[in-house]
Amino acid sequence: MSTSPLSANPASDGSRAQLIAFAVMVAVLLIAPIWVYPIFMMKVMCFALFACAFNLLIGFGGLLSFGHAMFLGSAGYVSAWCAKSLGLTPELSILAGTLAATLVAIVSGLLAIRRQGIYFAMITLALAQMIFFFCLQAPFTGGEDGIQAVPRGKLFSLIDLTSNTAMYGLVLVIFLGAFLLIWRIVHSPFGQVLKAVRENEARAISLGYDTDRYKLFAFILSGTLSGLAGATKALVFQLASLTDVHWTMSGEVVLMTLVGGLGTLFGPVVGAAVIISMQNYLAQFGAWVTVIQGVIFVICVLAFRRGIIGEIAHAIRKPL
Amino acid sequence: MEIFGIPIQALFGQLLIGLINGSFYALLSLGLAVIFGLLNIINFTHGAQYMLGAFCSYLLLNKLGVGYWWSLLIAPIIVGASGMLIERLMLARLYKLDHLYGLLLTFGLALIIQGLFRNEFGSSGLPYRVPAELTGGQNLGFMFLPNYRGWVVVTSLVVCLVTWYVIERTKLGAYLRAATENPQLVQAFGINVPRMITLTYGFGVALAAFAGVMAAPIYQVNPLMGADLIIVVFAVVVIGGMGSIMGAIVTGFGLGIIEGLTKVFYPEASNTVIFIIMAIVLLVKPAGLFGTQK
Amino acid sequence: MKIRQVLRSSIAAAAVALAWPAAQAQISDGVIKIGVLSDMSSLYTDISGRGSELAARMAVEDFGAARKGMKVEIVSADHQNKPDVGSQIANQWYDVDKVDAIVDLPTSSVALAVNEITRKKGKALLVSGAATSDLTGKACSPNTIHWTYDTWMLANGTGNAIVKTGGDSWFFLTADYAFGHALERDTEAVVQKNGGKVLGKVRHPLNTQDFSSFLLQAQASKAKIVGLANAGGDTTNAIKQAAEFGIVRRGQNLAGLLVFISDVHSLGLQTAQGLIFTETFYWDMNDQTRAFAKRFAPANRGIQPTMVHAGVYSAVLHYLKAIESSKTDDGSKVIAEMKRLPTDDPLFGKGSIRADGRKIHPAYLVEVKKPAESKGPWDYHKIRATIPAEEAFRPMDQGGCPMVK
Repeated sequence: MSTSPLSANPASDGSRAQLIAFAVMVAVLLIAPIWVYPIFMMKVMCFALFACAFNLLIGFGGLLSFGHAMFLGSAGYVSAWCAKSLGLTPELSILAGTLAATLVAIVSGLLAIRRQGIYFAMITLALAQMIFFFCLQAPFTGGEDGIQAVPRGKLFSLIDLTSNTAMYGLVLVIFLGAFLLIWRIVHSPFGQVLKAVRENEARAISLGYDTDRYKLFAFILSGTLSGLAGATKALVFQLASLTDVHWTMSGEVVLMTLVGGLGTLFGPVVGAAVIISMQNYLAQFGAWVTVIQGVIFVICVLAFRRGIIGEIAHAIRKPL
Repeated sequence: MEIFGIPIQALFGQLLIGLINGSFYALLSLGLAVIFGLLNIINFTHGAQYMLGAFCSYLLLNKLGVGYWWSLLIAPIIVGASGMLIERLMLARLYKLDHLYGLLLTFGLALIIQGLFRNEFGSSGLPYRVPAELTGGQNLGFMFLPNYRGWVVVTSLVVCLVTWYVIERTKLGAYLRAATENPQLVQAFGINVPRMITLTYGFGVALAAFAGVMAAPIYQVNPLMGADLIIVVFAVVVIGGMGSIMGAIVTGFGLGIIEGLTKVFYPEASNTVIFIIMAIVLLVKPAGLFGTQK
Repeated sequence: MKIRQVLRSSIAAAAVALAWPAAQAQISDGVIKIGVLSDMSSLYTDISGRGSELAARMAVEDFGAARKGMKVEIVSADHQNKPDVGSQIANQWYDVDKVDAIVDLPTSSVALAVNEITRKKGKALLVSGAATSDLTGKACSPNTIHWTYDTWMLANGTGNAIVKTGGDSWFFLTADYAFGHALERDTEAVVQKNGGKVLGKVRHPLNTQDFSSFLLQAQASKAKIVGLANAGGDTTNAIKQAAEFGIVRRGQNLAGLLVFISDVHSLGLQTAQGLIFTETFYWDMNDQTRAFAKRFAPANRGIQPTMVHAGVYSAVLHYLKAIESSKTDDGSKVIAEMKRLPTDDPLFGKGSIRADGRKIHPAYLVEVKKPAESKGPWDYHKIRATIPAEEAFRPMDQGGCPMVK
């Protein structure tokens, strides 16, 4: 594949700008719940994780998946079902959900990796649709009702997560942990090869790398972390529903990453925060939210391809 | 006489219904295949443009008193023109970039169009009556076929075949296909390539709108009528082979029939069967049934 | 002596000081906040939507809250028929915006989700739009009252009436989700109890565009009645296409199990004539309903009130009466008071609320008029029979509600 303009910034190892940005992010996440509704903050964190996982695939791997909702949603359903029907403790439920997403990622990855570019996007979209209809029909998902009244349970059988504060702590730890994992992956040899494949796959092949394997691995990683976001989200809201497997959710994560900045580390976080806030603020206006999201899409694609963090990174000439 | 517990008469009836639904799949995937095969753009807005065609005919009837037959002509022209505007003003800027940006742009446009119409018209369907000349039906023995549905099948077949003929067998089509392979060379021959591209996009969009007008009397005219349909159509195009015109037509009709059969034997799976087939085809022949590895 | 006097007066003063807040109305932060949670932009927007908000405001006005010195605020939001959106709004309303009661809630899955949240937070939920009879069955709650209608009432009202008039063989077209299944299950039970037979059923995905294949199967079954266990767009689509395929012309009849006047309006009398279904309110029933409709319709884009709108009005009115009488807006207490007081409003007449949270009122079997019988737009229904309140709803002991054991 020829050099993809979807790649944004070349990364260098742990620059100061990135460390500062990380410190700011942690500070905000620690202090904000004092003023901002904690459930809202947890929603932002879950979607930020989802967007970061998505960005791993497209920003660093150059593969646009239009079906990422299948990971978010299936993990959410499994996690909710484990917590409610099996009575598992939250850490086991989240683990189960994440593993389910990994499974989905392996199977769909094997099918989709064979093609590139637009074909890849279309295939992921169709596979996600299949998962959607499966979730619609399967008895354990509760169809249109979803799985409701999911108990949050006691973390490690010790810490009661019913209080929003305790849950917030868990979500924060999960988010930061996963974020750091992505950071590490991006700067690792694996991450470098991935970027090489994105820039010029033919060259990477000629250098002896099995590019299909790298892409598949990135796909599975991205799917797993998306599943982690979904499994956690199901416990935060105590609900798993069809919205999370619907293709519009796949579109939303693309939007979040695009707005924040493809290929940047902090872009998806900012993008998620922006889009979720906008949805919240405009919720009373119903269908206008869709229109505005569409407008943002169009503007970003035509004139603002680097995204918010991308523009900032470009201005200070350091990767973010 | 029965096949798998279904009387053969009922089976024929379902096959015919499947063929009718397949007509819509064929028309829509034809439009998509034309746009993609010749322009390498994934037109996510296709579903919204199908909806625009239906709404156009609804508005023409209710605001201007213009009936169905004229709408068949006017609606595609109006929507096709809007498509050409989109291509000129927005899509043309993205040709130098990765094709995925075109996908994202058309996705955003689909959101805008559907959102605006939802605001204006709500989400419940609006009625549009079957034109008087086509009401009633024929008793075919094994089923009662409404005249309008028969009309749908015949018209789609004609439109599909004419389009295929023009693109694959005429000089104009040859220019079009050459222009996508090597635009600069073709331009050097004095052919206005950008204009051809714009017109082709407009034509693909017009096909979608045409399908929309045909759908208005039998399906509900509602702002989201194209939203879920578009993904099925994408699957059809992937199965048929993304650039293949004949592939899109054959797969569209074929899939309608398969879906119809599924509705008889196992209706709960009628939504998923097409994606399962897509997964199988991708495993066996990644380029699609009629496609060639590009 | 002086000390004793001082002591007595201090005790008296203290007693008054402690009793004073109790004597005052214990309204949280002095405002009664009611949230109208509905579908403002999608499938059910005409059935409930902004009309429900309007109905709620009219109830507050008619109650005379201002005159009585009670501050009542109404907020509204769009749950888009999604349980996650509805849950979020409910949580935020209860936790942050100090909403005391939520009303309306079309779409059973959202109603069930908000039912749980309301119970956990001890607030009040008045459901008018949703259908699932589980709200007064296994999901019953001391914080919820189910107004207007439910699946059992629909199945029994319509099913009974149709079988008794000769429609004894049925074929079901069912929307493949919880509500559709419940409706099919309840109606099948009624049909069989009355000696009828179910010749077949087919499940269709929610929001199906094309029913031709399913209608063909219904025709092949030769059942006298094609039962539509679905709602909204699915029902109107199925009816439209049934007309196309000549289902009624060729000898079968359609039974719409959940139909609203707005559906009839969008189908047109030509297509919808003869349809039989059950509802609990019709704008043209008596002078009081007509007076209400006369105020309502112009402010609702000309759309006449549906039974859901009427339910919201009636529920909010009774809610405010209960607050006035119990002097508190604590959810569980107000709901208990609402069950204690008999209901009376211009739209449903006199009625009552059972221990399981079910509001009882008569139901009406309705037939859609032929175009010739109608004197103008919205003059669509003729009332064929009245089902008295005690028979219209499921007996309390059959619901499986844990509160009633």
